Amino acid sequence: MTKNLRVKTSKFIDETYKISFKFNGTTYYGYKGDTLASALLANNIHLVGRSFKYHRPRGIMTAGSEEPNAIVQLHNNTSRTEPNVRATEIEIYEGLEASSQNCWPSVNFDIGGINNFLSPVLPAGFYYKTFMWPANFWEKYEYFIRKSAGLGKSPTLPDPDIYEHRYIHCDVLIIGAGISGIMAAKTAARNGFKTLLVDEKPYLGGSTIYQNSEHFKINNQISSSWLEKEINEIKKIENLEIKTRTSVAAYHGYNFLLAKENLTDHIPLEQRNNKTRQRLLKIRAKKVITATGSLERPLIFDNNDRPGILLSSALEKYANLFGVACGEKNILFTNNDSAYETAISLYQKGINIEAIIDNREEIDSKLIKEIERNNIKIYKGYTVVDTSGYKRISKISIMQLSKDGQKVIGSKKSISCDCLGISGGWTPAVHLFTQSGGKLKFRDEDQVFIPDKYPLNQISIGSCNGDFTLDEILSNIHKTLKEFLNIKETDYENLEVYSSFNKSKRNIWLLPSDKLIGKTKPFVDYQNDATAKDIKLALREGFRSIEHVKRYTTTGMGTDQGKLGNMHALGIISETSGSKMGELGTTTFRPPYTPLTFGTIVGRNVGEYFDVFRKTPIHDWHIENKAEFENVGQWKRAWYYPKDGENMHDAVQRESKAARDSAGILDASTLGKIDIQGTDASEFLNRVYTNAWSKLAIGKCRYGLMLNEDGMVYDDGVTTRLDENHYIMTTTTGGAATVLGKLEDYLQTEWPELDVYLTSVTDHYATVSVCGPNSKKIVSQVIPDLDFSDENFPHMSFKNAKISNIKCRVMRISFTGEHSYEINIQANYGKSVWEKCMEVGKEFNITPYGTETMHLLRAEKGFIIVGQDTDATMTPIDLQMDWIVSKKKYDFIGKRSLYRSDTIREDRKQLVGLLTENPNEVLEEGAQIVADIKKTPIEMLGHVTSSYYSPNLKKSIALGVVKGGKNMMGKKLVIPMENKQINVTVADPVFLDKENKRLNA
Amino acid sequence: MFIINCPYCGKREQSEFKAGGEAHIVRPKQPTELSDDQWAEYLFMRKNIKGIQFERWVHTHGCRKWFNVVRDTSNDVIKAVYKMGEKPPTK
Repeated sequence: MTKNLRVKTSKFIDETYKISFKFNGTTYYGYKGDTLASALLANNIHLVGRSFKYHRPRGIMTAGSEEPNAIVQLHNNTSRTEPNVRATEIEIYEGLEASSQNCWPSVNFDIGGINNFLSPVLPAGFYYKTFMWPANFWEKYEYFIRKSAGLGKSPTLPDPDIYEHRYIHCDVLIIGAGISGIMAAKTAARNGFKTLLVDEKPYLGGSTIYQNSEHFKINNQISSSWLEKEINEIKKIENLEIKTRTSVAAYHGYNFLLAKENLTDHIPLEQRNNKTRQRLLKIRAKKVITATGSLERPLIFDNNDRPGILLSSALEKYANLFGVACGEKNILFTNNDSAYETAISLYQKGINIEAIIDNREEIDSKLIKEIERNNIKIYKGYTVVDTSGYKRISKISIMQLSKDGQKVIGSKKSISCDCLGISGGWTPAVHLFTQSGGKLKFRDEDQVFIPDKYPLNQISIGSCNGDFTLDEILSNIHKTLKEFLNIKETDYENLEVYSSFNKSKRNIWLLPSDKLIGKTKPFVDYQNDATAKDIKLALREGFRSIEHVKRYTTTGMGTDQGKLGNMHALGIISETSGSKMGELGTTTFRPPYTPLTFGTIVGRNVGEYFDVFRKTPIHDWHIENKAEFENVGQWKRAWYYPKDGENMHDAVQRESKAARDSAGILDASTLGKIDIQGTDASEFLNRVYTNAWSKLAIGKCRYGLMLNEDGMVYDDGVTTRLDENHYIMTTTTGGAATVLGKLEDYLQTEWPELDVYLTSVTDHYATVSVCGPNSKKIVSQVIPDLDFSDENFPHMSFKNAKISNIKCRVMRISFTGEHSYEINIQANYGKSVWEKCMEVGKEFNITPYGTETMHLLRAEKGFIIVGQDTDATMTPIDLQMDWIVSKKKYDFIGKRSLYRSDTIREDRKQLVGLLTENPNEVLEEGAQIVADIKKTPIEMLGHVTSSYYSPNLKKSIALGVVKGGKNMMGKKLVIPMENKQINVTVADPVFLDKENKRLNA
Repeated sequence: MFIINCPYCGKREQSEFKAGGEAHIVRPKQPTELSDDQWAEYLFMRKNIKGIQFERWVHTHGCRKWFNVVRDTSNDVIKAVYKMGEKPPTK
């Protein structure tokens, strides 16, 4: 089978630079400039993969990013492995290893191929229809379906490569460096615009650059020579940046685009270390010129998917650009003039053409005449009805088309071949245009969608705008550019263009066959194995919307997103359902245009840089003292401090006991702190908290509960009146930013008349909280000048003080139920104050505790944590916190919602305490609570929100929310777990020191 | 990604802002006198227009100021921005 199909040299291929690579374990050779696809074709290899559903042998179909079949796995089982790489895009390098996907044990012998014979029982929607029942069998089916699904294999090892993001701001961005893009780039840059030109390919010039025919001339030069000079010129322009191997993935509103720049994917692996592999470009352009070209359409006929069947334009590209013949006995099959362009290119390279099959009966152009002069047989008014050859096409059958194109007539004729180039005309690549919000219109004469309504500051030029021929492109471009860029002149005013191309076309979406449709396999979506038959079935079953047909048949849903077949799917739907093409619409073009790697998307934001994290000023001390941390919002908070190999449970038990028995110390710096000033500060607090604030004396602290306008608890914390018109509010750690945002919202938009100013001071202060019976002895030594007597400094009050001349605020407030003090000091003194407390507290066994112990201590007291014991459905009444809701205040945020018909229901979930029958049994947070385990379906009454083993009470305690729980005191309920049922009793949520004696101990 | 012309700071990327829903919904001055239905109307009911929509935005990662935006939701073109308390543009 191995043959060398390299024909006459091409200047794009360096034949002095030989490269070896492996495909499915065998070593082959290619040259510098080859893609994997061109190198395989030069080695006469067409079969590269198996199709998704029927496991049919598939070959290389295209020569670009629209490739549906030739997708391979690179460097399997290594850290650099990558699935679903298009062989038509990857440039070969020394040591490249590629393998086929979706086949086992090998691409030549694939067990899954049996699906091809089962295909009559595997229609569209097969999985939906078959695995619906019995419902509980899905888990069993799923195992097998998952095993046989999917394309390549994801990498399992860490990615060794570096990725990065870069912002680019430019005046004009041009997408696509074909002839239109080059001309636009030169014009924009020469007129002083900061210009960026990107193209997904490694070379500039699009398809014109390898066009080598006397039939296409500009200013009397062959089009490629003319373009080459233009390219050489633009390379010298300073304010023009050119990026090749860069594909635009997404085009968002306001000319914001994302592009992937490939930097090392074309060089040998060992040269890639320490280099950036791919870059995500975030481009903001004042103006965008889309010149993305067009994609050739296949033709839809029975068995149109065999290896050896390629797009006609791909045959031309392989011959002209890579110097590769795709076969020795080539046939072209077309409905337009494009295949004749290919034929001339092949002929010039000495590649044999057996025949051309043309749907059109009457044809006449200079291109065709030249073909006829060279004695190549043209079958006019014929169509291919079938092909043969399992792993490579070997024969086609043709028949004559009826006048209306609906039937085939006459007798069948066979022609043997080893390669078939097909051309169904061209589809403008409008993907990016529509992503940006552009609207399409349907052009009846050649059955294409073209740009109609543009968003601001963008334009499409060239064949992506529906101008397919050289003369059409060049006659419009100078006018379009002048208008769009608002300039007076271009270099392209009086170009002489010569093009032999005739635009006539005979468009038949689904070519007729001598067989019944049910007996044929005319593939519309090659990658997903969706055939015209499946689309018709979907219509028969009642699907009408193109979006529904797409999902039911999976047409257009592969890694290629149906770049080739979507138009045919639309055409077939339109013909079958009798609706007009333009009225059907299209499926939505979503980003990315071609797939992105995860590496590109995350860039440098990996590992510890994945997200920002915030550290308290005392963080280093926690590290030195072996704290374990937990994430609270973006903060790293000390979770617990394991001693001598303790586990979390043991550490928390020890810390909790120490805090109640003698003294504990907590870093509370992460709590949100909002400085509130202004003559209306008290009134403002009245409106945002449920309780009353006007009468709070200066120097006093008060706990407040904040609701949303819907009456649900939003945040809580202690606020201190520092002065007549000055308060400091504390918020939950996680809620700090949103609370400030909400307060600003009300202040600026609802109550602009209030004289109030808000400033976040969370980061400005460190907060050291010392609690326990010995806390006063410790803090009074740290601040010896302050009078700590209960008369001078009672619970819920505050004092200004100094520690070695540094001002600080001391609050006597408590979240643990113990006598406790919070010292707030300028952040950079936080650590020294903490250390001072530790030093002084040594004799009292002062014990640092983390968030877990804090949670346990407050649960013993029945204090809630917003977000743990509440979700966005708990009112203060549900929390049994009626005492904090002012009856006297006329209004506050959320007040009216507290007596909506829904919020006053008696059977709402309410917060209760839960005690287990067995005091050593600790409940699982989130466990469901039920009353009657025998009732079916079991009625869920609520769930456990907080649960701990209390070392101070020597029993398990829990908080939970239970429907109607308020009136269930003492009632026995059940917590069903996987292997057991736990009996609990509803209890008062305050488990310890209900009389608050310890606060003043 | 929009570019929003903050009336206090000038043109900035959308990522600096947060959207705050429909504009010109005034919080009732006397909520206690409203029926459940009237209160629900204020609390829950919002328009979702295809076309010209008046909305609130806040420059979260900037000046922290709230302001109003007139946006065509069908193509995201921002027709106008104006400060809180100012009258919406009429054309």
